[in-house]
Amino acid sequence: MTTKTSKKPETKLGLDFTTDWAYAPAPEDTKHIKLEKQYDLFIDGKFVKPNSKKYFDTVNPATEQKIAEVADADEKDVDKAVKAARKAFAKWSKTSPKERGKYIYRIARLMQERAREFAVVETMDGGKSIRESRDIDVPLAANHFFYNAGWADKLEYAFPNRNPQPLGVAGQIIPWNFPLLMAAWKIAPALATGNTVVLKPAETTPLTALKLAEVLRDSGLPDGVVNIVTGAGRTGAAIVNHPDVNKVAFTGSTDVGKLIQKSIAGTDKKLTLELGGKAANIIFEDAPLDQAVEGIINGIFFNQGHVCCAGSRLFVQESVADIVIRKLKDRMESLIVGDPMDKNTDIGAINSKEQLLKIQEYIKIGKNEGAELYQSSCSIPGKGYFCRPTLFLNASQSHRIVQEEIFGPVLAVQTFRTIEEVIEKANNIPYGLSAGVWTDKGSKIFNLTTKMRAGVVWANTYNKFDPTSPFGGYKESGFGREGGLHGLLPYVKF
Amino acid sequence: MSTRIILPDFRNTPVVDQVGIEERVARFTTRSIKKASKMQGLKLTLSMIDLTTLEGKDTEGKVKQMCYKAAHLHDVIPGIPSVAAVCVYPTMVKTAKDALKGTSIKVASVSTAFPSGQSTREIKINDTKFAVENGADEIDMVISRGEFLKGNYNYVFDEIAEIKEACGPARLKVIFETGELSTLDNVRRASEIAMYAGADFIKTSTGKISPAATMPVTLVMLEAIRDYYYKTGRMVGMKPAGGISTAKAALHYLVMVKETLGGAWLSNEWFRFGASSLANDVLMQIAKETHGVYQSSDYFSKD
Repeated sequence: MTTKTSKKPETKLGLDFTTDWAYAPAPEDTKHIKLEKQYDLFIDGKFVKPNSKKYFDTVNPATEQKIAEVADADEKDVDKAVKAARKAFAKWSKTSPKERGKYIYRIARLMQERAREFAVVETMDGGKSIRESRDIDVPLAANHFFYNAGWADKLEYAFPNRNPQPLGVAGQIIPWNFPLLMAAWKIAPALATGNTVVLKPAETTPLTALKLAEVLRDSGLPDGVVNIVTGAGRTGAAIVNHPDVNKVAFTGSTDVGKLIQKSIAGTDKKLTLELGGKAANIIFEDAPLDQAVEGIINGIFFNQGHVCCAGSRLFVQESVADIVIRKLKDRMESLIVGDPMDKNTDIGAINSKEQLLKIQEYIKIGKNEGAELYQSSCSIPGKGYFCRPTLFLNASQSHRIVQEEIFGPVLAVQTFRTIEEVIEKANNIPYGLSAGVWTDKGSKIFNLTTKMRAGVVWANTYNKFDPTSPFGGYKESGFGREGGLHGLLPYVKF
Repeated sequence: MSTRIILPDFRNTPVVDQVGIEERVARFTTRSIKKASKMQGLKLTLSMIDLTTLEGKDTEGKVKQMCYKAAHLHDVIPGIPSVAAVCVYPTMVKTAKDALKGTSIKVASVSTAFPSGQSTREIKINDTKFAVENGADEIDMVISRGEFLKGNYNYVFDEIAEIKEACGPARLKVIFETGELSTLDNVRRASEIAMYAGADFIKTSTGKISPAATMPVTLVMLEAIRDYYYKTGRMVGMKPAGGISTAKAALHYLVMVKETLGGAWLSNEWFRFGASSLANDVLMQIAKETHGVYQSSDYFSKD
């Protein structure tokens, strides 16, 4: 059926998102932030100088300027922290569960009171946009404390008839992509179940964990229950290898995860690992395409793509591939990349120079492999570590950019024809942390979720986190779950 | 040069996910618009308003007063644009046309048995012709929601096409009354039908039914306009109407247009607000930006 004639479509239609109506700059005020020049180790309830006497710089990745110096803990410092935790364990594990819950609730409330400060420091230290640290990282971190506080005196209901007991000292090592949130994920369930903690934040983003130490101190939490030691790989190794640590919880790269697993082999330390990912985000032809595109954007560009569950492999059904890619390109044009402290910013700075170089290396690899590069036309600041939102079209399953975790704003796009094909390809990867499915058909969702070998599968949404929902991986993405009832299990014995 | 456009099957229009739409909409409201950016946005808003009176008690006197306001929104502050159009019932078109002589302000008339649309095709066509003959530059028609919900999409399509023909040179805005369509999928479907049938503008509501214009509904329609543009090369305008009464809300809509369709749609040729009380709130904001303090509503004329 045809209708009346109309103007001939121009050969190349396009939308122009550059307008003379620009948004007003809205940098978040940083004047109210009190930062020390130098941060010590938080051991036994006090900030103490490191045995090593060494300090390292933490840098604002958006300005490349040094923010503060942070203590570099050595084996002796770690030993001191573990001893403090061991000493505190005797009392903390016997503290009535209801009392433990009170402390955790108090920590949550203090975090909420200082939410703005936490958000600003998180953005300064890590480069993520203030929109995300303010709306996601900080509130979610507080919610993890609230949620686990509730479990503290209900463990007998969490594990009926099993008499759950704490393990002892938990050594926890967290990554730089969600510094405060990961600290909350780790500390909250450990405290709720009666364990004590030695936590090491990542060396590029230690500041919010140290601010959290202030909150822990202000909450009146007994000395030594949580100890925070800063440093790089050596400090982490000292925690993992310490003979008096009962449990190791690690979030970070798969390589380091493997090292940890090797080094604690033969000991009776319990271990949970939350490692890398290379998630498939699958768009079927019957999906709500505009919302799916939004989900692709959030899936890969959230937190500059520094997300272990980032939807970094896009599978689009061939019948809608052209339209989805066009929509994706248009949407990328309206993303604002720049000063993370500005409330308008959608995509902030890459966390470190090292990471930026790694991403750039992968972009080079992708080009050499023959995938078609597309980057949004946005301007990026001259100073600081920034990367344009990037697509690789016509990627193949055997490309390195498809197989390896890039941990940056780089999306590899593949097309598929049948459901069997996409299931096979999505699972054909050493990782298995998360996946996304977009379709209007409920039965398709259930069919796919049962066949995806991934810890989390989102349907018609992406990157949704909640303290009540367990999170964790398959295969090289690690084992053990964090969050929800399942998140308590790694911290108890029966 | 012209090509034939292939009509899609309106039973299978693209689907919409409400949760996703609401998430996207929330993001538009967080862009920072202040100082120069705000002033520019506010003036743009004023220039996009279809100043509206659609009441049973409308008289020539009331319409004349509103027309004067349309051209002289707030003469106290220089540099304020006039609105895009006034929107009246067909019987008031002549009055409005005379009152606006010598200005660039358009006269829009509702038609097709507005607001319910419950009448015969013949009456609707005559209603439209009457308005156009009296000088209406734009026609705001309503679709037959009953037929639409029955699944009688051909009826709705044909009706729009016939009214478009009756419009002659007048631009046609097609009102869906989204508050009666119930789902965003239906809004998307109505958008496709109207655009393929020849609508120059698609419009959310009559203002007589609640909810009227909402950001989610408008986003669905903007996305439909975008897809249609890519398919046919023809630009279609958007008019959210009813329920947008604050300057802040209006600016959020402009952000949505800017990020969904781009700069080409950011003018009153392609985007309108159907509103009666919005203008004064925008004027209050402009006065605040100009003088630094808020003024009482008594300093702004209510016509």
